[in-house]
Amino acid sequence: MKVVNRDNQLDNYLWILPALAMFLVFTVYPFYKVLQLSFVEWDGITPHVKFVGFKNYINILFHNKIWWVSVLHAGFITLFALTVQNFFALMLAVLVDRGVRFGNFYRLCYFLPPMLSGIVVGIMWNLVLNADGLLNFLLNKIGIHSKIAWLAEPKTALLSVAVIHIWKGFGWAFVIFLAGLQSIPRELYEAADIDGATYKQKFYYVTLPLLVPVLVLVSILTVLGTMQIYDIIVTTTGGGPGYHTEVPFTQIITRMTGTSQFGYACAMGLIFGIILLVVSMAQLLVSTIKNKYQV
Amino acid sequence: MKSNFLREILLHIPLLITASICILPVWWVFASALKTQQTIFTDFSLFPKNPNFANFILAWKKAEFGTYFINSVVYTILVVGGILLIASFAAFAFSRLNFPLKNVFYYLFLAVLMIPVPGAIVGLYLLLNKLGLTNTRIGYVLPQINGGIPFGIYLIKTFMDKIPYELDEAAYIEGCNKFNLFWKIIFPLIKPAIGVLVIFNVLGVWNEYMLALLVLSDKHLMPLQRALVVFQGAHLVNYPLLMSGVIVTILPVVIVYIFMQRYIISGIIQGALKG
Amino acid sequence: MNKKGLLIILCLCLFNFSCRKIEDKNKIVVWHWMSDKEEVFEQLAKKYYEQTGTEVVFQLFAPSEAYSQKVKTAAQTKSLPDIFGILGDKRDFASFVKSGYVLNLTEYMNANNKEWLKRFFPQAIAVNQFLKDNEFNAPEGIYGVPIDVTTAQILYNKDLLSRVGINEKNLPKTFDEFIELGRKLKEKGIPGFVSGWGEIWLISTFAQSYAFNIMGFEKVMDTFKGKVSYTDPDWIKVFKIFEEMKKVDLFVPGTITMINKVAEQIFATNKAAFAFNGSWCINVYRQFNPNLNYGVLPMPKVNFKNSIPVWGGPGNSFFINANSKNKDKCVDFLKWLTEEEQQKFLAENTGNIPANKSCLKYIPAISKSFVKDLLNNNTFHPNTLPVSELPEVYLAFGKAIQSIITGEKTAEQAAQEVQEAKKREMNRLK
Repeated sequence: MKVVNRDNQLDNYLWILPALAMFLVFTVYPFYKVLQLSFVEWDGITPHVKFVGFKNYINILFHNKIWWVSVLHAGFITLFALTVQNFFALMLAVLVDRGVRFGNFYRLCYFLPPMLSGIVVGIMWNLVLNADGLLNFLLNKIGIHSKIAWLAEPKTALLSVAVIHIWKGFGWAFVIFLAGLQSIPRELYEAADIDGATYKQKFYYVTLPLLVPVLVLVSILTVLGTMQIYDIIVTTTGGGPGYHTEVPFTQIITRMTGTSQFGYACAMGLIFGIILLVVSMAQLLVSTIKNKYQV
Repeated sequence: MKSNFLREILLHIPLLITASICILPVWWVFASALKTQQTIFTDFSLFPKNPNFANFILAWKKAEFGTYFINSVVYTILVVGGILLIASFAAFAFSRLNFPLKNVFYYLFLAVLMIPVPGAIVGLYLLLNKLGLTNTRIGYVLPQINGGIPFGIYLIKTFMDKIPYELDEAAYIEGCNKFNLFWKIIFPLIKPAIGVLVIFNVLGVWNEYMLALLVLSDKHLMPLQRALVVFQGAHLVNYPLLMSGVIVTILPVVIVYIFMQRYIISGIIQGALKG
Repeated sequence: MNKKGLLIILCLCLFNFSCRKIEDKNKIVVWHWMSDKEEVFEQLAKKYYEQTGTEVVFQLFAPSEAYSQKVKTAAQTKSLPDIFGILGDKRDFASFVKSGYVLNLTEYMNANNKEWLKRFFPQAIAVNQFLKDNEFNAPEGIYGVPIDVTTAQILYNKDLLSRVGINEKNLPKTFDEFIELGRKLKEKGIPGFVSGWGEIWLISTFAQSYAFNIMGFEKVMDTFKGKVSYTDPDWIKVFKIFEEMKKVDLFVPGTITMINKVAEQIFATNKAAFAFNGSWCINVYRQFNPNLNYGVLPMPKVNFKNSIPVWGGPGNSFFINANSKNKDKCVDFLKWLTEEEQQKFLAENTGNIPANKSCLKYIPAISKSFVKDLLNNNTFHPNTLPVSELPEVYLAFGKAIQSIITGEKTAEQAAQEVQEAKKREMNRLK
């Protein structure tokens, strides 16, 4: 990566100074507080905290089966999103990028779901997935007699939540993919046309390679966004039935506000953060290795 | 000709199916806004027979949308503007300048993006209290700017890295300084990234509520989401008014979105010209 | 760049005015979460101002979880308002009291021959009170002022039940009769029972009523203390109740993940024969379907030797900030708020049951049927039990019952699961 050297390198710090300053004040301090609190037992109310060392961490890592189940659930939804959601988002972005008629209409439609807050989405989908909701109504119309309460059955609850999530998240992936596609210079396609490339060839040899950084971006964002799923679950299943739709955030928030185990919740939050960090860094690493081999 | 036409129809099928899946629930929200509390869960029609358009005006008045609306507009402009400036400066430095520990800082910002810290909001409140910024607009705006910076840096840098470095060299040779290179040459070339960033953050600020609730106490400082709360009682939810409120809340975002799409497209055209 | 920069700085200056006013001697700030009551409160505040010249500012923060967080964080930074609410269990309440955030109201309550105290239902006060030698070691005293009361009851839809020949005169009195009725409803295709059992506290409340009925008060307390196991046959009987209900397919599909609001819609629109809900539902049902024909069904007993207490106590209570500069004014205001006239106003406009006993003559018949158990002292409330169950175990209890209803666990397996959670928690807290 060639970068032109300009006079005083230290001058360049000025460019990142505002970002860094805000970071130190508004990120580091709260983070430090959370770190501090993860080593105590505190109910969020009393002025005094009880220092317990690593007890919270040990309990979460080794004795809390439900925590790991919740991580698994979030992982399942994430995999679902990474594959189904992003595949469709990419395909449709490619179609729109090609320049179909009514492209602007489609762009607007796809972005409507992300605009709604999780709470409204929950209310809406409750009505669709209820035992006498829209989905069963449609299924009955095509001959499948279904009285299933999709969000309440152990076997279908998690999948239903995943579907709601990708319904909402699809628009984001679509918008970013589209932006990525549209920043590929058109001349490259024209040059390929002159060389007689078919559409498939253009896609594999022009589009895809140039889209890799955006693909990585979307993957990382999808993982981050999906693992933190919360609003939708709270308004549809509450983590139930039983523990079938518990996810890390429902576990953490319950302890922060419900059972008043603030310190424990902070420890959970930090462990969760580290898991996400490792996964995201791994994704970045894989992409940089890939880049090295391609160049 | 005919086969092209057929092809285009085939293309439209997946697009249309997806569009209807996206639109249907949203249309239901709109239709619900026109119903009454008694009929909203018994009448499933998408086109209510006696639409009650007055609900929108009633919702606006009851929830005192006026003040909240203006507040949200101000907060959005301040936060999104702040993020755009600070993140693009930083991304430019990470993408095209060199300085000691550059990669350390970059990965530091990325790490922040990747470690969500629920519970940090309490720490943030304590900090704001120490700084005397609780119940002030600045106290509400600054943390949000800070929150949007890591993503902004990552997004902009991803798009900036694609711009060939020869452009920089050519500019420097012609006597351009760093700032002009950034502002006049590079910045216009990353319009798609800017568009995405603006949409993303506008939506984020517009829908933000938790921080507002903790940091602000006075009603006249509150953002738009506070208006919707009035319809969500602890036990009784006034659904038609809530849905009306939701529609009113979404409209400005839709407008911003449409504008940003145009902005992104203009960026592409500019990019083509530059090439 | 310069222009834009200036513009931004200008904006920042314009809007950066601190909004913390100097403490106004004639002003009281109240933080509440009751969105449905916002207008009513503002009317009352206006009335109070006209009568006394003291300004009362009601600030609404909702939903209730967010309110709870706000109050806790404000407590940390000593920025609590003059009057506020504490939403949480007794442990949280004790924490607030022990940390010195709440004003002790015992003397005010006892003044003038307990004039203020006598207005209220004793259960409403008991929940806001700490007795001597309570399990949390909180200083003894009365700390909260209830402004309304509530009980949780089983409700029945008169129209739907009349279709299987049931009316007020032959309602099921035993649990077996209740199950039998469920079977009949199923045969006729009438959906049975709905409740917001996605919310753990609602399931647990229902279960606890039956626990008290089946094994009596002392044994339940011993279980919380850890002396009796959840795998005890009496507890298995409690869990079996849900097995029985499932066997006759009594539940409206989706009940176990439903939030209460959804359950309320379903019952209000005549889509279920039974509901289990708190008295706040009166207002909700009225809004959705003013013609709903329903009544209260006394909980059908399993064990006839014991009573079956229902969940009951204060609906909403207010507390006074111990560090408020306007303590006496706060007391005066809360006294005024719980006077007959204001309580009547609240009851008429919000549908809640007033905390002031003398207002009973003003409430509609359906509300009166909710209040019966309070008058007969047939209620319980987690906050007044001498021993509380640990929060994690309480959660596990509700979740286990959910698994019984989905058919994933038998009563015995569920009991096992809860007992394991109990052991785990007791070990962790040693």
